[in-house]
Amino acid sequence: MATDPTKLTMAQALNRALRDAMTEDETVYVFGEDVGPLGGVFRITDGLTAEFGEHRCFDTPLAESGIVGMAVGMAMNGMRPVVEMQFDAFAYPAFEQIASHVAKTRNRTRGRVGLPMVIRVPYAGGIGGVEHHCDSSESYYAHTPGLTVVAPSTVADAYFLLREAIASPDPVVFLEPKKLYWGKEEVDLTVPEPGIGTAVVRRPGTDATLIAYGPSVPTALEAAEAAAQEGRSLQVVDVRSLVPFDDATVCEAVRSTGRAVVVAEASGYASVASEITARVTERCFHSLAAPVRRVTGFDIPYPPPKLERFQLPSVDRILDAVDDLQWEDQ
Amino acid sequence: MAGGQDLLPSERPLRLLDETGRRVPGATLPFPDTDRLLDAYASLVIGRRVNDQAGALVRQGRLAVYPSSHGQEACQTGAALALADGDWLFPTYRDTAAVIARGVDPVEVLTLLKGDWHAGYDPYAHRVAPQATPLATQLLHAVGVAHAARLRGEDTVVMALCGDGATSEGDFHEALNFAAVFRAPVVFFVQNNEYAISVPLARQTAAPSLAHKGVGYGVPGRRVDGNDAAAVLSVLDRAVAAARSGEGPQLVEAHTYRMQAHTNADDDSRYRSTEEVDPWAARDPLLRMEAFLKRKRVLTKARQAQITERAEAVAAAMREGLAEDTDPEPAELFAHVFSSPTPQLAEQAAFLADELSREGH
Repeated sequence: MATDPTKLTMAQALNRALRDAMTEDETVYVFGEDVGPLGGVFRITDGLTAEFGEHRCFDTPLAESGIVGMAVGMAMNGMRPVVEMQFDAFAYPAFEQIASHVAKTRNRTRGRVGLPMVIRVPYAGGIGGVEHHCDSSESYYAHTPGLTVVAPSTVADAYFLLREAIASPDPVVFLEPKKLYWGKEEVDLTVPEPGIGTAVVRRPGTDATLIAYGPSVPTALEAAEAAAQEGRSLQVVDVRSLVPFDDATVCEAVRSTGRAVVVAEASGYASVASEITARVTERCFHSLAAPVRRVTGFDIPYPPPKLERFQLPSVDRILDAVDDLQWEDQ
Repeated sequence: MAGGQDLLPSERPLRLLDETGRRVPGATLPFPDTDRLLDAYASLVIGRRVNDQAGALVRQGRLAVYPSSHGQEACQTGAALALADGDWLFPTYRDTAAVIARGVDPVEVLTLLKGDWHAGYDPYAHRVAPQATPLATQLLHAVGVAHAARLRGEDTVVMALCGDGATSEGDFHEALNFAAVFRAPVVFFVQNNEYAISVPLARQTAAPSLAHKGVGYGVPGRRVDGNDAAAVLSVLDRAVAAARSGEGPQLVEAHTYRMQAHTNADDDSRYRSTEEVDPWAARDPLLRMEAFLKRKRVLTKARQAQITERAEAVAAAMREGLAEDTDPEPAELFAHVFSSPTPQLAEQAAFLADELSREGH
């Protein structure tokens, strides 16, 4: 852990969230591939087996459907499992368990069987990973009724949203932006952040609103900073909670500026970015000075490392989209 | 464990009673005592009655569909009778008779097939998981329930049911593997009824038997004549006891036969002949047990009348419970998706309520 407890990386904050949850609640169990003595390939579970014993944090056979399916059973029987899918694209074998059982069990049983479980997914790109290691898979989960879907962008959010996810009576898909794992921030873990279901304004601004989540939030903030140099004031909203979505905060922000750009790494077609764009357009149409724009990944499989910069939303692309918001009408 | 010889199933399915209800000489299985067999017989009769009644309710339009376990009642009965109250049963859509044998109210069980909701009973009330429709997925849940119980130091055993087709699914293999690695007290009970809808066993596997699949995971496999209720009970009793005593998961394959089509919506004449089906009628599990108990002179006329009366009462309850046209509440569609509705679901519920009020509901 960090020598200065108030300065943490996102990876350390996630580790602390797991540790604190396991300390406070003996029904919290952590398992998955390599999460035991190794501490996970990203070290998110570092030290948990040593501290809590191998029955509380353990390695499983290498089978993602097995991991999630076993978690369903444990959650049915009084436990709060927190499982790790090693990488976004490696979670696909678990999709039947997630779509048919994790998401539906409460509803199937008329509320009698809830599944308090968390599926942690290191996700998205920007780390130079080879194929199958960089997928932005959020829309599969967000499209599946019954799943809470969360994507933190800050160190403090990583801690508090994971704590809340573990305490939630409902299953949560917890998307951890891999490229933000190692970024350090000063955090005060004694002051809780807003909860799941809440978007927050990360940067105030008056000319246009950038709406982003997870790995795209720092890029949006960078774009806002660059725009400020050029005299344009961009507001940045961090969605944080993809499901449930905070229509109120997002729409209030967009109405205040009258212009919006949605920024996300995932391919744009049938995506969360598309959903946000549609929602904002439906609700804020009369406040909009220009159509809502999207800056997303292309509709292509995630590129190899040397080409990934062409796929990721960049400051320039965001600023170009902002430039396109019909300023000439003013 | 070395060499895995002890994991191998017997060359032929184990039997205690032959097709005429006579004891098979030289059988090595413990023979269940008479009271237990009388219980099993009652459960067989009720199971058969449940299957017949449900079929009739489909024809009357009271149930949307019914996958019958006609001919498999010895397995249905055995799965329920081998468990203690604190144990768990994980059934599939074809295991309605087992769920009822476990004590769940038949009308609640049939909610699914009636179409009012999905799982209609409280899984915690009798420790019976919702009947699983996606194949083999429930086997992993069984492992999780068993593992959680073991972590708490409870001596719970979980009986996880599936069919021959489900043994081809990845989750079957992952479940056996996980259960073995974690020594989870699960009895995997495969009812091999020879068909996955229309696809025969030969297209499902090239293994010597389905019980052999346990060997690859370090799980002992046992084969039993699935139409011999005494043998099924005996094998399952042993498997449950082994799982309970910490020996880890057990795999049992029962050889049986699906006497009817996959469901009423299926036409089995397209893929199998009556010449194939007919001989199985003589291997009927109910008649076999009845012949044995009668020969033993423990199944008196009075006792048999009592059992028939119980079965008729269950059938009557099914008819009565399903006689009324019910009107499921549309607002409930939004009630259980999350522990409390999201703002979006609250909005959609209000939309539907408004639509209904304008339609005069």
